[in-house]
Amino acid sequence: MTPTANPRVQGVPGLTPPPPEPPPASPNYLENGTSLWSWLSTVDHKRIGILYLLTISAVFVLGGVAAGLVRLNLVTYNSGILSEDAYNRAFTAHGVLMLFFFLIPAVPAVLGNFLIPMMIGAKDLAFPKLNLASWYVFLVGLVFGAWAILNGGIDTGWTLYPPYSTRGSQSSVVPGVVGVFVSGFSSIMTGLNILVTVHKMRAPGMTWGRLPLFVWSLYATSLIQLLGTPVVAITLILLGVERVTGEGIFDPAIGGDPVLFQHLFWFYSHPAVYIMILPGFGVVSEVITCFSRKNIFGYHAVAWSSMGIAVVGFLLWAHHMFVAGISYYSALLFSFLSMLVAVPSAIKVFNWTATLYRGSITFQAPMLFVIGFIILFTVGGVTGLFLATLGTDIHLHDTYFVVAHFHFVMVGGMVLGYMAGLHFWWPKMTGRMYSDWWSRVSAAIIIVGFFLTFVPQFYIGYHGIPRRYPNYPPEFQIYHVLSTAGASILGLGYLIPALYLPLSLFYGEKAGANPWSATGLEWASPSPPPVFNFDEERMPVVVCGPYEYALGIDQLGRGLPEPPGPGGAEGPAGRAGVTGPAGPMQKETEVVG
Amino acid sequence: MSASTHAHSPVLKHHFNDLGQQHASERLGMWMFLATEVLFFGGVFGAYTCYRLWYPAEFELASSHLNKTFAGINTVLLITSSLTMTLAIRAAKLGDRAGLYRNLLLTFALGAAFMVIKGFEYAEDLHEHIVPGASFGGEIAADTAKHGLDAGKVRLFLCFYYVMTGIHGIHILVGLGVILWLVGQTYIGAIPPENYSTVECASLYWHLVDAIWLFLMPLLYLARGAVHYGH
Repeated sequence: MTPTANPRVQGVPGLTPPPPEPPPASPNYLENGTSLWSWLSTVDHKRIGILYLLTISAVFVLGGVAAGLVRLNLVTYNSGILSEDAYNRAFTAHGVLMLFFFLIPAVPAVLGNFLIPMMIGAKDLAFPKLNLASWYVFLVGLVFGAWAILNGGIDTGWTLYPPYSTRGSQSSVVPGVVGVFVSGFSSIMTGLNILVTVHKMRAPGMTWGRLPLFVWSLYATSLIQLLGTPVVAITLILLGVERVTGEGIFDPAIGGDPVLFQHLFWFYSHPAVYIMILPGFGVVSEVITCFSRKNIFGYHAVAWSSMGIAVVGFLLWAHHMFVAGISYYSALLFSFLSMLVAVPSAIKVFNWTATLYRGSITFQAPMLFVIGFIILFTVGGVTGLFLATLGTDIHLHDTYFVVAHFHFVMVGGMVLGYMAGLHFWWPKMTGRMYSDWWSRVSAAIIIVGFFLTFVPQFYIGYHGIPRRYPNYPPEFQIYHVLSTAGASILGLGYLIPALYLPLSLFYGEKAGANPWSATGLEWASPSPPPVFNFDEERMPVVVCGPYEYALGIDQLGRGLPEPPGPGGAEGPAGRAGVTGPAGPMQKETEVVG
Repeated sequence: MSASTHAHSPVLKHHFNDLGQQHASERLGMWMFLATEVLFFGGVFGAYTCYRLWYPAEFELASSHLNKTFAGINTVLLITSSLTMTLAIRAAKLGDRAGLYRNLLLTFALGAAFMVIKGFEYAEDLHEHIVPGASFGGEIAADTAKHGLDAGKVRLFLCFYYVMTGIHGIHILVGLGVILWLVGQTYIGAIPPENYSTVECASLYWHLVDAIWLFLMPLLYLARGAVHYGH
């Protein structure tokens, strides 16, 4: 299909002038009540996203402090700072806070909440009150988690394996378990809300094939939240019952089976890592197209690979248990399925790389974070294959190799994805631009600090240093010192955005409706958006796919403003042409959907 | 269903275009919640199944000490309540307010009766020391010793018994709360015929809770000699 074959796309292939800047919303969602109560009782998805943003930022600081304690303690090989018991509690606090209270809600509850209705052209999520309830439920879970930490902490590791967690541990396991249990419901509520919204509330013309890939990835995420979380909920109930009654549901001494706990736990907690990473994939797809000024390469492949990850991701949990005494045959099957999930992940990486090819790339902060994401996630993904292989896993199981692999995917992948998303949509959320220079510096520092932190851990893990031990042989000290030095740089990298992002609220330049010259519906609305997202008299009607950068039109079929970056012949517009690249690339300008 | 017909409907929420969209969203949301519930109970059913297969003799012995009469009556009560709940949807759809009240209150009464009987049953279990933990004893303990079985595994069954019926009971209580809320909504006139799907969503939940009981009842009360090996 040639572009002109679609009669609804006006003015193609000629230059479509960009729409006039929409007048500022009056009132915008930030001005619609400024009292504390107006925030605490809001049912506006955008405000709830901001509430989540503030909450999880606090959690990130706490989890980061716990990580800092762990890294400081490892500078010396004989646990110089913390007692061994306190060390156990520090790494458990780091794991529980970062996984259950930061990574799981990070993109779905902050960016997803804020953006899903705007991207599909709806006024709000389907169940606004449920959405607010999810935040309060999350807070209740967080209070229990904080109680567990203040009450001495938990020393079981975030995986809470029995029988240690039910019989041996003298720490606050029960409040911690209640906290995780309760916060799970908030995750289910968010997921359910997003699923129903995507199914039922899309604007006219927003077909499934025209959904932005961020929406696809959150759709897949929400499916996992909906179907995985209840299983860990019931597992935690059984764990609590065992701890309270002293019966042997999972205790092998009195008839229980600890491996059963591991099965049930990982049935959720393995798919949960896809809850954490899939939204990051969505952010990458949005950002990489915008800053390459190109249509995504292989839209349907990227969209369906999200669904593939969600489905296959449910079928490989037992690869956490290769050395826990499961049968050889099931280990073989789970090994195969674990490798299978690398296929859709690789499809994404290849498609993103192909999107960059011959793009007019500019390197604003979101793009730097995304490039960091692709590199680090690829390293994390490939090292995951070492762990999916039965033979090598026996050697690498429970070593720092696993820690490094996991952090490459979760921090190098997901946290960078989250940072990319936050920087990309910050102008939309706040109406202000942050410091371009400082944001680029912080992205560079984070990527360098991250490499320095975790590359040495691959090495010591490969040489057999087990994770979670406070002591290690002296000859490995240099690697731990390097890693701690890297963590300090990483911490500095996170500190800089914590300064320039809030400062931008007061001193930042005012952002226009579409500062990045992006194509999504959310950019058609003023920044910050009005209470119901769009002009209620003229709700959006979608006429084309989500990434028509080559044609230079947004999803409403209107022209795009001048993209940021150097202007003239050197700028992205000059090189690619606002109306589309010339010559051999013409074939890539098909209208999706 | 055109938007103009319902533009001023008091039950249409602002962020939906029309009632059709609103109701479809509510229904889909409830079905997805039910999927969550199935997985929630699926976890404990799965764990139960493992131990039922590993320790058949202990599970059958423990099961034989539970009160089947109470469970049988309760099953009849719940199935009947599903019928009255469905009749409530019909009444709501027809705008038959008296019928809606009648059927909602009947459903509530049947559900409440279930909980009362369940309470008597728990009291009896407690009295006969059919409990996990230190108070385990009495006839069930003697019976376990007589057959040379492992008391820890009998108590394991009792853990599952209390967890499964307890969680199910909490679901019934939530359902009763929802039915009372529906009665209140009917009273203030918030359930006109075009908004009957509110009743329908509540009924979907109620039916699921009933359906779960239909699995719990045979698993817990009727566990008999299917796989007698090793003892």
